[in-house]
Amino acid sequence: MIAANTLVKWFGAKLAVDAVSFTVAKGEVLGFLGPNGAGKSTTMRMLTGYLPPTSGTISIGGHHLEDDGLAARALVGYLPENAPVYPEMSVTGFLRFAAEARGLWGKERNLAVERVIETCFLEPIRRQTIETLSKGYRHRTCLAQCLLHDPPVLVMDEPTDGLDPNQKHEVRNLIRRMGADKAIILSTHILEEVDAVCSRAIVIDRGRLVANGTPAELRARSASAGQVRVRLQGPAAKEAAAALRALDGAAAAVVDAESAAGITLIVSPDPRDGRRPNLGPAVAALVAARHWTCDELRVEEGRLDEFFRAVTVPDTKREEKG
Amino acid sequence: MSCSRTRNVWAVCKRELGGYFTSPVAYVFIIIFLVLAGFFTFNVGAFFARGEAGLGAFLIWHPWLYLFLVPAVGMRLWAEERKAGTLELLLTMPLTTWQAILGKFLAAWLVLALALALTFPIVITVCTLGDPDKGVMACGYLGSLLLAGAYLAVSSMTSAMSRNQVVSFILSVVICLFLLLAGWPPVTGMLVNWAPAWLVDGVAAFSVMPWFDNLQKGVVDSRGLLYFLSLILFALFTTGVILRGRRTN
Repeated sequence: MIAANTLVKWFGAKLAVDAVSFTVAKGEVLGFLGPNGAGKSTTMRMLTGYLPPTSGTISIGGHHLEDDGLAARALVGYLPENAPVYPEMSVTGFLRFAAEARGLWGKERNLAVERVIETCFLEPIRRQTIETLSKGYRHRTCLAQCLLHDPPVLVMDEPTDGLDPNQKHEVRNLIRRMGADKAIILSTHILEEVDAVCSRAIVIDRGRLVANGTPAELRARSASAGQVRVRLQGPAAKEAAAALRALDGAAAAVVDAESAAGITLIVSPDPRDGRRPNLGPAVAALVAARHWTCDELRVEEGRLDEFFRAVTVPDTKREEKG
Repeated sequence: MSCSRTRNVWAVCKRELGGYFTSPVAYVFIIIFLVLAGFFTFNVGAFFARGEAGLGAFLIWHPWLYLFLVPAVGMRLWAEERKAGTLELLLTMPLTTWQAILGKFLAAWLVLALALALTFPIVITVCTLGDPDKGVMACGYLGSLLLAGAYLAVSSMTSAMSRNQVVSFILSVVICLFLLLAGWPPVTGMLVNWAPAWLVDGVAAFSVMPWFDNLQKGVVDSRGLLYFLSLILFALFTTGVILRGRRTN
């Protein structure tokens, strides 16, 4: 549905987006990750036709944004950053306008407005002026706006920003539900959100795409992925560590904690051909053979935040590196 | 397709009109315009003492009233959208930039037209007291409306330039003042000593006053209409160019 091909955006002498390419198919929810100022919002603005890319092409549902902008934009629902709305309008008035601007008039418009008021839980405040609303409601009003025409493509810049935990939960459920038959791109700073709703994630840092994969794939690339955590009673710490280190495929085994409950060791796998061997069965077999008592044995899946930190540069360090 | 285009313009125009009347902008403008128009016509222009059955004493003030009031209405057109971030919303809708510009312009023009229409008591007064030429009066109103539209289009252009409404207000007052004074002898006198004749004439030709005066006298000149319409279209077109060029943040 969405195909972005080597997008480049210069702002004056500053390169904001540097040759970013990706595609999103129907039924996919793509999470857009990256530090502040990495180019997430700029990319989304290019996808929705607000900013023209310096070079590169975008096609939405087969329509090129450049030659056939109106047809492409008609397929997209867009929730911009900070969810802008017209403050002096009422919620229904605003939604009616958004429907009309999208070519829905009369009965069609009223049906669409009622539908999104229901999906976004706006019923209690539908007649209020937008400027009197709380941030959460204002945000949901803007969210409602992008769902009016039931678009096959949704672009959402931080869809859960400024919502309370209950509202976040509702919005995530909504996105997941819609993800089944739409192509959705959302940007977020909340990594747990990626796990909760995204079928795939891309990481962008200083304008460059640095990773693209399912959340599980990305996690598996973090440093702790494949590590085995084991808690033993019985053996001396040194002896256990030496035995674990000697296992086939293990690179290191270190004592993480020692207490009355036992000693906790972390065994790291030795990556071969870029793949990390699964040490779980080998560790379990060793424990059984030595007759140690073991009350915890876990293979780490890896952590998204660890991976995120490894591939991006925090803005405090950006000066030196960039 | 042309039907959907008109509808798009109307959608934007309707929203904008709603915005004028739910905020104090339209009311303040209309009231101030009526009060000032009344003050200048009756107190300064000595409407009754003239003994003329016409709108001369009334319409003559409009270029000066509009000079400040129209940019005050127009300065928010784009600056506010840009500041609130709704510009991003508006321009990513399946509308063309041109439709958005036209919709917003027409809405503001309708507010100005409403203010002008509310000066109808003066027409009644003139008709009661004397026997005026109705055609000349209609022409005078047309001239006033076109002038308001021209100023408004200029304000739309300056509003697109800056997210700061004060800057856009000042810029449009200056440009409108130029349009007002371009043919005035002190201005042409500044040029006449050193600039070639074609430049002096060229600058003078920018002036709105001859065309406005003609319409006040009841002369509907197609060149005059063309002048106003092309000024409006040029300013709106430039608005579009600026908006496209400034979509950088």
